[in-house]
Amino acid sequence: MTIDKNLDDWQKNELAASLDRFPERREEFTLHGGSEVQRLALPEAIDDDYLEHLGFPGRYPFTRGVQPTMYRGRLWTMRQYAGFSTAAESNKRYRYLLDQGTTGLSVAFDLPTQIGYDSDDPMALGEVGKVGVAIDTLADMETLFSDIPLDKISTSMTINSPAIVLLAMYIVVAEKQGISADQLRGTIQNDVLKEYVARGTYIFPPNPSLRLITDIFQWCNPNMPLFNTISISGYHIREAGSTAAQEVAFTLANGITYVQTALDAGLELDQFARRLAFFFNASSNLLEEVAKFRAARRLWARIMKNRFDAQNPSSMMMRFHTQTAGNTLAAQQIDNNIVRVTLQALAAVLGGTQSLHTNSRDEALSLPTESSVRTALRTQQIIAHESGVADTVDPFAGSYYIEQLTDDIELAAKELIGKIEQAGGVVACIENGFIQRQIEQAAYDYQKEIESGERVIVGVNRFQIDEEEKPELLRVDPKVEDAQIAGLQEIRAERDEDEVQAQLATLKLAAESDSNLMEPILDAVRAYASLGEICSVLREVFGEYRD
Amino acid sequence: MATPTSKEILAGLLRQDPRAIGRAISAVENNSASAADILSALDQEAIERILVLGITGPPGAGKSTLTSTIIRALRKEKKRVGIIAVDPSSPISGGAILGDRIRMMDHALDTDVVVRSMATRGRLGGLCASAGAAVRIMAAAGCETIIIETVGVGQSEMDIIRLADITLMILAPGFGDDIQAMKAGLLEVADFLVVNKSDLPGADALCMDMEQVFRDKQEKDGIHRVLQTVASENQGIDHLLAAIKALASHLEASGIKAERRHKAMDAETMDWVMELLRPQFIQAMTDKPGRQDPRIRAKELIHEFSTIQHDE
Amino acid sequence: MAEQEQKNPYRVLIGKPGLDGHDRGAKFIARALRDEGFEVIYTGIRRTAAEIAATAIQEDVNAVGLSSLSGAHLRLFPEVISELRMRGGEDIPVLGGGVIPVEDIQELLEAGLSAIFTSGTPAKDIICSFTEACRKHADGDTDQ
Ligand SMILES: Nc1nc2c(ncn2[C@@H]2O[C@H](COP(=O)(O)OP(=O)(O)OP(=O)(O)O)[C@@H](O)[C@H]2O)c(=O)[nH]1
Ligand SMILES: [Mg+2]
Repeated sequence: MTIDKNLDDWQKNELAASLDRFPERREEFTLHGGSEVQRLALPEAIDDDYLEHLGFPGRYPFTRGVQPTMYRGRLWTMRQYAGFSTAAESNKRYRYLLDQGTTGLSVAFDLPTQIGYDSDDPMALGEVGKVGVAIDTLADMETLFSDIPLDKISTSMTINSPAIVLLAMYIVVAEKQGISADQLRGTIQNDVLKEYVARGTYIFPPNPSLRLITDIFQWCNPNMPLFNTISISGYHIREAGSTAAQEVAFTLANGITYVQTALDAGLELDQFARRLAFFFNASSNLLEEVAKFRAARRLWARIMKNRFDAQNPSSMMMRFHTQTAGNTLAAQQIDNNIVRVTLQALAAVLGGTQSLHTNSRDEALSLPTESSVRTALRTQQIIAHESGVADTVDPFAGSYYIEQLTDDIELAAKELIGKIEQAGGVVACIENGFIQRQIEQAAYDYQKEIESGERVIVGVNRFQIDEEEKPELLRVDPKVEDAQIAGLQEIRAERDEDEVQAQLATLKLAAESDSNLMEPILDAVRAYASLGEICSVLREVFGEYRD
Repeated sequence: MATPTSKEILAGLLRQDPRAIGRAISAVENNSASAADILSALDQEAIERILVLGITGPPGAGKSTLTSTIIRALRKEKKRVGIIAVDPSSPISGGAILGDRIRMMDHALDTDVVVRSMATRGRLGGLCASAGAAVRIMAAAGCETIIIETVGVGQSEMDIIRLADITLMILAPGFGDDIQAMKAGLLEVADFLVVNKSDLPGADALCMDMEQVFRDKQEKDGIHRVLQTVASENQGIDHLLAAIKALASHLEASGIKAERRHKAMDAETMDWVMELLRPQFIQAMTDKPGRQDPRIRAKELIHEFSTIQHDE
Repeated sequence: MAEQEQKNPYRVLIGKPGLDGHDRGAKFIARALRDEGFEVIYTGIRRTAAEIAATAIQEDVNAVGLSSLSGAHLRLFPEVISELRMRGGEDIPVLGGGVIPVEDIQELLEAGLSAIFTSGTPAKDIICSFTEACRKHADGDTDQ
């Protein structure tokens, strides 16, 4: 008998009887965003052209992963985002993490640093050292990496609008360690477009920001061939409340914009494309997340091949970092967060991530303590060494449901990208608020579901308890702000002021022309010009963006 | 804290105290007891001297951004500026998100920029009354130019625009449907047509299209009526301001401004009539539910009302 | 659910002092308040305490809501209160929310905050607190 006939028969008999006796838990099962979850996926859900849609790992369209052996060869990089208070404190935490078996560093900067303000700027009040480490001058960066051999590790830096300055500092620190730029491995986030729609650490308007990004691509291409010059991030878009399909769509649309900008600036596609990296969110719906990663990888490969005519397969490969979803962490019964993180991390691994950050259980309350960071790292190690999921490639492939969902997400994302392009592209859609409105609406709908109890969050809107015990929290000493400011003033007093002013003047001229800004910024950094001083020069020339 | 009396509020207005300005506007907006005292004591001459600009156009055309750049230009001339930013109230909840403020935050600490966000509060035309009062309060508190920003869709916008001496319609490339919808009504009342976002493709074509619509007005007084701006980059503002000033003196000299003010006052008065009568009629309707044709019922209510008034 | 009984909507300002750009919560609350009949002035992200206070005064709001997720609340929330005070707005209640450890709540209340919300506080509780704060403020002010 055919499936159809059997299906019909099953529906009339077993299914009908069962529904009769045990109605389903909900009238309709939906994903965030409203699309329906089927009761039962069937073989016909799968497009049968295996080679066209799935193929082999390490081969176009990379649905099954970017390496032929995936984690059988090398496990993903376990990279824990960390940094707080002063460079010296953060340096200690990094060395602890390296001792514990982390394989890559991930630097969190405080907000003033991310927005190009020195610690003594009035705008920095109360924020110094809070969500990351404060970096004012090269001196801080030297402390941050002291006794860490930069040629042995890979470093990821979450820095966007002023990425060019922090990258310059990193290069100079290496220089002083006797390591040349071409040996440096790592990633800078450098994805400004998503700042306008989701994360808010913009400084300059979109066009000059895109120029800075292109300048980085251009300089790094010959000088820093092992370094990923951008990490195109959906993470924060999802944190801001988007759906999974929107996360893919807006991230890839930003990616398209960066590629086009670089091409317009005369860069060679197959030279810079392999240095593009991506960064996604792993949220709580395990199946949807696995499908999302696979869909994103396939869609990007198709875009690079068909739209941009990439020749080199590595230009079509989407390599990405993943972080578990911060917004899903609850402030109540915080140990439950360990379980959430485990499921999310599992989704990332089953989705084929290249590196992973697992959140700590106490992050809904404050910065994580050392012991919760360790548990978060252990979670990854257990998945890697005990769960068995790392021993075969793309284990979910062929699941009727996962394949169908992969197709659905790819299609939805593709359609949304089409809409953005029709409306004039990403920059136009940021300016007219189209993207922000979509995310805002999705976030609003989601929160409404939680408020009404339709969506259950364990320990938050169901299964609550009275909590007595207060968890141990890590706090940044408010004195850190004063100490950091004192340090900055010391540097300002010691450095050769004429040299600083001369370098800043040169930088201004360069910014007004259209020459590459990397060299003048390297020189300014070497002279211990501060991040705030350098950004002020650029603000003067480029103007400031305000939402 | 003790509630300020209307006297204290009036004294505050003269001192240009932001707290007093805010409270005075709330008093009128909420139709509270002190409103009449405040309004009747305002300096009428100050009100006659000011210039009221109306800024309207489809959502997202750049009205608030443009308003912010106009503020900046006027502040360079040391002018004290008032802004009334109107957003629609939700017909369901009666609440509103007043979002224009975001683009004017650059001026938040400038004490010579007085901003008030107002919701339409679902009153038919009633907004005209409270916005008109807000204009006069700001004038009494020393504002020389007052800008009213409102989204250019619907009837209440037309009412607001009536308060303005000069009305600017803001358009931008890519708003084709909105523009078609406006051609009939709003475009006619506008004195200037500003094609904002002229950095985007399609601006020139839009300008040419609009030149046609405005040809007659333009030929009459020789003042350029269709102008281009890039509000987000502060471009075209000097031209725009020069044209506004030229028209302002023309309107002043020709007596048109006085005529417009006159009409505005009449419209506002009408609003107040409706606003003040409404509660009594609502009461009358609840007291005497009726099933007749609404028009007939209305006539009866009015008839009864005037007899009662007469008897009193 | 807290319905507004009075005829004039309460006016509130929702502001984000400091530098963090995570406005998901602030925007949600702004909309939820709108849906309960409030008139909400939203300032956008990255505002100084002085800007927020000056705006609140100009707009004659009944209450100010602040959101901060970067851990800077102990510095920034009281700063808004003192800026309000400086401008004669000591009567305007200030409510705050964000990633706020329990042990900070007392300190903030002592600094003059009317209410503190942490992650997981249901929206209806937040709206109730705003209604309460606005009602108190409006009652002390016969102009409402
Ligand atoms: N490209 C470009 N964008 C602009 C220009 N002027 C404003 N914008 C952008 O357009 C968007 C909307 O601007 P607003 O000033 O808020 O528009 P509005 O007409 O006041 O909108 P509503 O009050 O919502 O009706 C913002 O993202 C501005 O940055 C311009 O001249 N060029
Ligand atoms: Mg506006």
